[in-house]
Amino acid sequence: MELDPLILSRIQFAFVVSFHAIFPVFTIGLASFIAVLEALAFKTENPAWVKLSSFWTKVFAVVFGMGVVSGIVMSFQFGTNWSNFAQATANFLGPILSYEVITAFFLEAAFLGVLLFGRSKVPPGVHLFAAVMVATGTFISSFWILAANSWMQTPAGFELREGVFYVTSWSDAIFNPSFPYRFMHMGLASFLTGSFVVAGVSAWYLLRGREVEANRKALSMCLWLILFIAPAQLVVGDFHGLSTLEHQPTKVAAMEGNWETSSHVPLLLFAIPDQDAQTNHFEIGIPSLASMILTHEWDGVVPGLKDYPREEQPPVAIVFWSFRTMVGIGTLMILVGLTGLALRRGGRYFQTTWFLQLLRVMSIAPFIAVLTGWFVTEVGRAPWLVYGIMDQASAVTPSLTGGMALFTLIGYIVVYASVFSAGVYYLMRVLYVGLEDRHDDEEHEAERPARPFSAAHVPFEYGEDKHTNPTSQGGH
Amino acid sequence: MELFDLPLIWAFIIGFGVIMYVLMDGFDLGVGILFPFAPSEEDRDTMMNSVAPVWDGNETWLVLGGAGLLAAFPMVYSIFLPALYIGVFLLLAGLIFRGVAFEFRFKARTSRYLWNWAFAGGSTIASFAQGAVVGAYIQGFETANGVYVGGALDWLTPFTVLTGLGMLAGYALLGSTWLIMKTEGHLQAWAYKITLPLLTAVLVIFGIISVWTPFVDDLVRERWFSNLSVIWILPVLTLLCAFQIFRSVRNRFEGMPFVATMGLFITTYLGLVVSRWPYVVPPEYTLWDAASAYESQLFLLLGLLFVIPIVLVYTAWTYWVFRGKVRAGEGYH
Repeated sequence: MELDPLILSRIQFAFVVSFHAIFPVFTIGLASFIAVLEALAFKTENPAWVKLSSFWTKVFAVVFGMGVVSGIVMSFQFGTNWSNFAQATANFLGPILSYEVITAFFLEAAFLGVLLFGRSKVPPGVHLFAAVMVATGTFISSFWILAANSWMQTPAGFELREGVFYVTSWSDAIFNPSFPYRFMHMGLASFLTGSFVVAGVSAWYLLRGREVEANRKALSMCLWLILFIAPAQLVVGDFHGLSTLEHQPTKVAAMEGNWETSSHVPLLLFAIPDQDAQTNHFEIGIPSLASMILTHEWDGVVPGLKDYPREEQPPVAIVFWSFRTMVGIGTLMILVGLTGLALRRGGRYFQTTWFLQLLRVMSIAPFIAVLTGWFVTEVGRAPWLVYGIMDQASAVTPSLTGGMALFTLIGYIVVYASVFSAGVYYLMRVLYVGLEDRHDDEEHEAERPARPFSAAHVPFEYGEDKHTNPTSQGGH
Repeated sequence: MELFDLPLIWAFIIGFGVIMYVLMDGFDLGVGILFPFAPSEEDRDTMMNSVAPVWDGNETWLVLGGAGLLAAFPMVYSIFLPALYIGVFLLLAGLIFRGVAFEFRFKARTSRYLWNWAFAGGSTIASFAQGAVVGAYIQGFETANGVYVGGALDWLTPFTVLTGLGMLAGYALLGSTWLIMKTEGHLQAWAYKITLPLLTAVLVIFGIISVWTPFVDDLVRERWFSNLSVIWILPVLTLLCAFQIFRSVRNRFEGMPFVATMGLFITTYLGLVVSRWPYVVPPEYTLWDAASAYESQLFLLLGLLFVIPIVLVYTAWTYWVFRGKVRAGEGYH
């Protein structure tokens, strides 16, 4: 069997980037949540806000740490597996990605330490300021990353000379056509992720009757946020789709599973796309609805895949089903928001067991939605890496063999599996320990302020919370 | 038309970043290499505490270097990484394992031994891989039209294995002299004891590499033995640094061994740079060949000039806060 370095590189990139993406998408939303909690704590001096903020800052520390570790690999992927792409696009992507690194380090250097370790060491106003800056920093970071990605989707502000991209206008290149929609869409996705995780965890604590007052406040905030942001995401998503229709017709055609360019295109609820036969099986659809959604007219024309040669079509089934998964979860989110509103009266939202159980389950939903959303946009761009200009086959590292790519693919899977199962396991420990006051571990543990995890003060193993280890350090 | 020689400015920035990284991550990798040989578990706690507050700041320079290379010298980025493919993976895997070990070792009780191995193993593999990268750079790369065309393991030769071992010994020396400076009592005594054997190992390996290098590379031979004999001042300085390490360890000075080891690294590094200048992808491409577009280098430079001083000040401040001895059974506050 011949190993194809291109396929293996695509799988490898999909694996490392998917693994990485789940951490920042959560921390971006969580950072804003913490900033709001800090502001409330600053204004009202209600200890519940401080309690919530301290707890979620611990969670933030662990997730941020894992995001940084998995992110290191990303900055080398372009060179190792996609060196022709790196060489061709470096004039734009190099500075943009470097700015992201600079932003992240600047943020970490200046403010993260104060947020994580400074609560009792700096004045409350300074601590609040640090929280706001960390939240702002996460957005600036995502600004650069999304500018880079959007440029690959809808390239602008450049000229091509001898196969190399040269920037002619930085503002056109950064604020390329798909960037504003993607940035909005991703920002709201981060808020939704943060809200659903906090809501799910709070619901779990409420079910167990732990720290009811504080967790009720957190849950209430999240439900209000979900009520407004989930529908807003639908609207932004619609605009994003219109922009995609204009700039990336093959992606939209794959999302809709539409083979023939025509008007009155139905919205398919179910279908099994068959790329070989260039058609769908078992279609179930609502007549003309896809035309309506995409063009805002019942008889609008939607492009079909058959207009493009087979080798310029993305893998339809992945895009088609990822898109449906994302939209399905989005719809579910809107319903959760409405249910929360319906249960408001008499405070039933924090007493209704089935609703709290539902929220627990829903805490993983945003991650699935975000990943499938990225599958739509990334797989939907195929076979292009820079849409319409550079395809994946010509971007891959020429000297890369299938064996090499397979070796590192397995290697990264092993590294990530071991490292991140430890990370997620530890995160579960932090959640298990919860908001309640605990001082024992803080006394036993050496604190090393430069590092995020130190903020978490939770031992690694279960069942040994109260023990001291003969070899561990004495306290302060 | 172009106001400044930006590739030259960028070469200085990246060159500065590389030596900052080598010196700073070098000693904390070195502590990791020495980790399994420490006299006791309590000493391992102290050793880890001595680098814990600063190590991730140290690795900042690596990531900054990686991204900066893509932006300023894309050809270097897109030739080195494919050529060193397997080595880069080992380097990253090593750094990830040791990074996570820092986080979890102090929180672990029964699983602590696993994190010890992750820390020591990760540090050792990452250090060896870095040394092999230096060796591969001296060896040069097989390219055609600015693209790497060699094989997967071209970088792994007897020569690069030797440079890998040299880096291991060098980082271990940085680590042991760091421990002399930062610890006291029997741990410090142990660090004193291992420093001179490590110094001997470094001198022997560096010596063999120096004799070998002119045979690996014609440009170096020409430069060393004909037109640029001023170069010889650098190995002389290196030997002076080595003597200084020897003397200061004999006299039980605490700070000087580390300072002299840094001197040894800096002079060796300068020797390498001068021997190779201005080739960044030997044997064919100079830094001007490898540079990105003028406007791209300028665009990033503006931001970097603003941020580098802040990073430097912050770094200095962190080291200042954590100055002085690390004692057993005492964490940072």
